[in-house]
Amino acid sequence: MSLVARHLEEHGIPTVVFGCARDIVEHCGVPRFVFTDFPLGNPTGRPFDAACQRHIVEMGVSLLETATAPRTTVRSPYEWSADTTWKAKVLTKEQPFLEGEAKEKWLERKAAYKALKSVGGV
Amino acid sequence: MSHVRYIDKTREYYLSEGYAKPYQWAHFDDVPFTPLARPLAQCRVGLVTTSEMVIRGREAELAAVESDPTRPMYSLPIDTPLKDLVSRKAAYDRYATTLEDVDAFLPLTHLRRLVEEGRLAALAPGFQVVHSQYSQRQMLTVDAPRVLAQMREDHVDVAVLTAV
Repeated sequence: MSLVARHLEEHGIPTVVFGCARDIVEHCGVPRFVFTDFPLGNPTGRPFDAACQRHIVEMGVSLLETATAPRTTVRSPYEWSADTTWKAKVLTKEQPFLEGEAKEKWLERKAAYKALKSVGGV
Repeated sequence: MSHVRYIDKTREYYLSEGYAKPYQWAHFDDVPFTPLARPLAQCRVGLVTTSEMVIRGREAELAAVESDPTRPMYSLPIDTPLKDLVSRKAAYDRYATTLEDVDAFLPLTHLRRLVEEGRLAALAPGFQVVHSQYSQRQMLTVDAPRVLAQMREDHVDVAVLTAV
């Protein structure tokens, strides 16, 4: 997603990225970034909390006006919960990133992509 | 507590799964920047997401995308009722949260309201769905140019991207 933002920006379209993986987005480098320290999946707010969502979206829209240089990150003020154990459990054996059908599909796609690449298809 | 270090965690996780070569996350020293050219109230907004949205009951229409290993981007109508949209994304933190509320990752309700209130001029007629690609080359040479082409066709002035 960061790569798309960069491409649009290089071609004259201002962008704002909403995300929860701060290190990945900032490692790539994007023009404007609204970071929310939530689990992966909810970059524009807590599910079923319209006020939180609205606030985060407004932060991003405002950032389009106020940012004056690239790599401008704003952090939304929300915390997922007082209990932060969800952070420690991310990507552990206890909580595999993908499993079952999703993991099989991922492996299938990976193999198909490699096959395509080997014949110069991508 | 500080934010999760996904790059480090991914490296450790896949190492333990037997993948010795760590994924090389995209990194650039230079970052482009385009200042806003006109007031937001005059801007048409394009929306891009990695949330793998589909229209409920019409998943078969995307069979070509599903069977294509390069998983090309596609567009869905911006005025699709939220109740008809569903995410097929598997790669999110399903232990801690859900993708049951579309506005938590594709903020259609809130962007529509900002248009109604005059804060934004309009939304592009479609939102674009881009898959999180393993291949940065694929993203840079295929998907990103397609997204740009669609944005230009839609006369978009600014873009909102949600990384799910």
